[in-house]
Amino acid sequence: MLEKLNEIQAAALDALESITDEEALQAWKSAHTGRSSDLMGVFKGIGKVAKEDRGKVGKRANEVKVALEAALTARKSEVKDAALARSLEEDHLDVTLPGRPFRHGGIHPATQTLCRTLKILGDMGFQVYTSREVESDAYNFEHLNFPPGHPAREMQDSFYIEGSDTAQVMRTHTSPGQIRAMREYAASNPENPPPIRISLPGMCYRSEQITHRSEIQFNQVEGLAVGENITFSDLKGTLSDFARRMFGQHARTRFRAQHFPFTEPSAEMDVECFLCGGEGCNVCKKAGWLEILGCGMVHPNVLTAGGYDPSRYTGFAFGMGTERQAMLRHNIKDIRYFWGNDSRFLEQF
Amino acid sequence: MKIPVSWLKDYVNINISIEKLASMLTLAGLEVEEIRYVGWEMPKYEDGESHEFKTYGLEWDREKLVVAEISEVKAHPNADKLVLCDLFDGKEHWTALTGAPNLLPYKGKGKLEKPLKVAYAKKDSVLYDGHKDGQVLMKLKCAKVRGIESCSMVCSEKELGISDDHEGIIILDDDAQTGMPLADYMGDAVLSIDILPNNARNVNVLGVAREIAALTNQPLKRIDKKLYETSGEAIADKVEIEIANPELNQRFVLGLIRDVKIAPSPYIVQRRLRLAGIRPINNLVDATNYAMFEIGEPLHAFDYDVLVERAASTGSASVKISTRTAEKGEMLTTLDGEKRKLQESNVLVCDTAGSLSIAGVMGGLESEVTDTTTNVLLEGAAWQFINIRRTANHHNLPSEASYRFSRGVHPSLSEDGVKRGLYWMQKWANGKIAPDLVDNYPLPPTDPTVTVSEADVERLLGIKISAAQISKLLTRLEFKCQVEGTSVTAVTPSFRLDIGEGIVGQADVIEEIARIYGYDKIPETRLADQLPPQRGNPSYDWAENAKNLLSTLGLQETVNYRMTSPAAQERLGLQGEFVKVANPISPEKSVLRRSLMGSVLENIEANARVRETLAFFEIGPVFVPKDGDLPDEPHKLAIAMRGRRQPPAWDSATKEQLDFYDMKGVADAFLAGLQLKNIAYTPADSSLMPGAAFHPGKSAQVSVNGVVVGAFGEIHPVAAEKFAFGDAPVLAAEFDVAALRAAKPAYEIEPVPAFPPMLEDIAIIVDEDLPAEKVDFLIRQTGGKMLSEARLFDVYRDEKLGEGKKSLAYALTYQAPDRTLTDKEAAKIRNKIVRRLEHELGAELRG
Repeated sequence: MLEKLNEIQAAALDALESITDEEALQAWKSAHTGRSSDLMGVFKGIGKVAKEDRGKVGKRANEVKVALEAALTARKSEVKDAALARSLEEDHLDVTLPGRPFRHGGIHPATQTLCRTLKILGDMGFQVYTSREVESDAYNFEHLNFPPGHPAREMQDSFYIEGSDTAQVMRTHTSPGQIRAMREYAASNPENPPPIRISLPGMCYRSEQITHRSEIQFNQVEGLAVGENITFSDLKGTLSDFARRMFGQHARTRFRAQHFPFTEPSAEMDVECFLCGGEGCNVCKKAGWLEILGCGMVHPNVLTAGGYDPSRYTGFAFGMGTERQAMLRHNIKDIRYFWGNDSRFLEQF
Repeated sequence: MKIPVSWLKDYVNINISIEKLASMLTLAGLEVEEIRYVGWEMPKYEDGESHEFKTYGLEWDREKLVVAEISEVKAHPNADKLVLCDLFDGKEHWTALTGAPNLLPYKGKGKLEKPLKVAYAKKDSVLYDGHKDGQVLMKLKCAKVRGIESCSMVCSEKELGISDDHEGIIILDDDAQTGMPLADYMGDAVLSIDILPNNARNVNVLGVAREIAALTNQPLKRIDKKLYETSGEAIADKVEIEIANPELNQRFVLGLIRDVKIAPSPYIVQRRLRLAGIRPINNLVDATNYAMFEIGEPLHAFDYDVLVERAASTGSASVKISTRTAEKGEMLTTLDGEKRKLQESNVLVCDTAGSLSIAGVMGGLESEVTDTTTNVLLEGAAWQFINIRRTANHHNLPSEASYRFSRGVHPSLSEDGVKRGLYWMQKWANGKIAPDLVDNYPLPPTDPTVTVSEADVERLLGIKISAAQISKLLTRLEFKCQVEGTSVTAVTPSFRLDIGEGIVGQADVIEEIARIYGYDKIPETRLADQLPPQRGNPSYDWAENAKNLLSTLGLQETVNYRMTSPAAQERLGLQGEFVKVANPISPEKSVLRRSLMGSVLENIEANARVRETLAFFEIGPVFVPKDGDLPDEPHKLAIAMRGRRQPPAWDSATKEQLDFYDMKGVADAFLAGLQLKNIAYTPADSSLMPGAAFHPGKSAQVSVNGVVVGAFGEIHPVAAEKFAFGDAPVLAAEFDVAALRAAKPAYEIEPVPAFPPMLEDIAIIVDEDLPAEKVDFLIRQTGGKMLSEARLFDVYRDEKLGEGKKSLAYALTYQAPDRTLTDKEAAKIRNKIVRRLEHELGAELRG
């Protein structure tokens, strides 16, 4: 009988060896371990075995059953792995077919650059201050220390509003907001006006021919800091910090003397070309430096116009063109792209 | 302004490289735009190597290009127009062949009494080709010309890169030393400097030299103002000056030089003027230009005899010069031969016979110096700069004189200029300078005195420097300084008009201290000042958030011109006044927009052929005129969409077009993103719509908490026809930003349910014209708190439903916050809903 059990085991394992699919495994299971299997026949006939052999045969039959079940489990897992491997092998796509397009929107590049600039200035404590676009001559020029007869006050350089006798002008910079902000802050405590740290973003206008390099409207971001303890060295430090945030931690800056009616001393900040690292490229015209912003200490007459006593308060202001920054960053050669709003341009941001 | 560095060296030692000099000037506010080399050694840059300044020009080889002398000019045996020159270059004798017409007069005259000094180029010199247009480099090779071999040549200005003149060879001044490298004798570099408005004092060689002296701490070689001899009769009783308006003409000075001999100026003068961009004329005209370039005072030379004649013709024994504004309709022929109609604001220089010149801008033809002039009356004056600028702009007469006068020239220079002009005229044209000047000076400016303390400097610049150092820095710029304790009292030198009084003057002077001290030496510090009150900017933050929301909804932001035309805007049926631009650049940009929707619809129009599907938005101001005040600038949000709902893909062919409900979906999602609840859509009230923009049956107005915030819909077919949209319907929306911002957001949220929901679909049949919103409302109201969602998932029409009927199918979600609802409970709610729908809307539950 023991001999027979050995044969049963050997035959079953032999049969199992060649099985490669789930279905055959099921058939094997019922054939070799099912009710009508030879093994079960042994269990069923155990009563007929001589009493003294019964224990040995029973034990051996059990061993065979366990061994067959274990072999089945192992074989099942092998068959499954093989099937998976086969399916992975066979089931593949042409990954070079285009993806299904997704209707997505976007933010205008000028806005993106504005947001980035304002975010950095915000981190540095400059809060956004916005003001109107059609301004009075007083706010756009007079309070900002533009002398009468300054070229910007002539019709050929600025847009005036009809019927206003040149008293209303499309703002030529966001600086009128500096006066409005100072007056607002000063009004809150005229004896001791509080310090100011603001950024002034927005659209500005100049009467120009529209060409690939000049536009009639452009975004500007200005900054203004006013307090009792603000110096030109603070201006340099703050703007160099800004440049490192805006153009990379290695960005070097330099300050050149400039002239603006509303600041004194005035300067222009150049940043080492962030495209070539100062090595010389077509964007910086091999000069290694890019003109980035104008700045200076707020002119005493401007502080006075804003309600801040220039003998007690000092401040600095700066201004930069948003589209110019975007043009440098994205190598945009034609400023007309911005307000042209061609989908093929806008989609790229 | 173009300045030859050799000229600067007359007034200041320059011991640094040209590039270093340019860099220093640039940092100090005299921005060098380019450097042109004319002979001096040029820096060599590798291809692509960075260099701060645009640099170009020609370097003259010191061995091969030298001063040489011609001792005899001989005829060429085979050519009339060519000559052979016996020439000595300091070492060797040569025969040079040339066709220069200015040597022909010397041909065959034998040995010259005085040798001619010339610029001589030996074999293999690199020069510009004199016979080619523009500047084309060539290497000088031996060549046979009409049988005679020539390996070298005498040069023209064009060949040396001085000017484009190739009419003849350069004949140098007699002081040129034979054999000297040409680069040493007359090599140069020309700086192009951009002059800032507050730097008007520096539109001249002396001014720039003064800056260099101050920046490099070198002494400035000043001009001696009394360096000429005078003779002949005084002119005090022969010439008078009358000034009608001292505000426009602060000073007028005249000097006289008699018996001048007109001739070309010395070559070095001609060369410098050419490099500075001025055409040399003759020694008299050149003297006025040279003096102007030197010290900054534009001068005007009159033919004195013409003035005397004109005076005599009016019965006057003396020349009476007067300045006044032009009369209405007055005309003057300027020296360019143009007869000009004058404006009443133009200032004229006149005599008893009439007008002579447009003051500070251009002389008149009649009294101009000519080849026959022998006596010259020289004018130096001071004019109001704004008036000069306007006059020059009006007559489109940019000139070296108006360039300077329109930036402001200090009246003290009127006298200095006349003296300097007379000095050069005497030097170059002989002549006798009359002993006196006639000077009318009704409005001398006061040169401000400014007191600056160490504390003032520290307060503004953040640097500590001593009063002594402050004084030294300012003295380098010719301020007269006095130190008292920690303060410096500085008197503004009488050639600059840019220093103010009081605290403004302090700022002006501190800027000068900073410039000369060096902006680059001022340290960088971080703000130590008190942090200001934190106010933020809710309106800016709102717009930024809204833009992000809309872009995540698949819309592209655009930014449009605020300036447009009434015609473009009126296509939407817009009525009312526009804010008009007084000086528009074109009729298409003559008014400020009143409709933002108009802007985004133009974007659809412009991109209609570019992309099949378009979805744009813009947030920005529109402009509404306000009587006697600045216009209102309400901010709007506009959206426009057109095209396929789904972008086409290679395996899907859906071509469904965006419609009203897509627009509404965007509105829903946008308002939800703003955390707004209690939103209602009602058919648009045409009285509230912007003109006839929308299709009356396919538009809605949106309200939040019962307040209208905007409207949207399909563009009215009549309006759409006026745009080049193409065939697909265009959807648009316009919201009022202030109204949206005023709507109170509901920030609180519902807890996520902890128990499973019960789901059920019902379909009801209602009348066709019953708005879905009524069904929706009734379902929600009846379902109460246990009905967490009712979503319309199908609208179905069929003959079997009956004429004028539609079926609405809703997916209902029953949900209790504290337990799992039983089937029984759900059925109860459902039955209640169906009963109310049946009763109140005549609905019928569909099998």
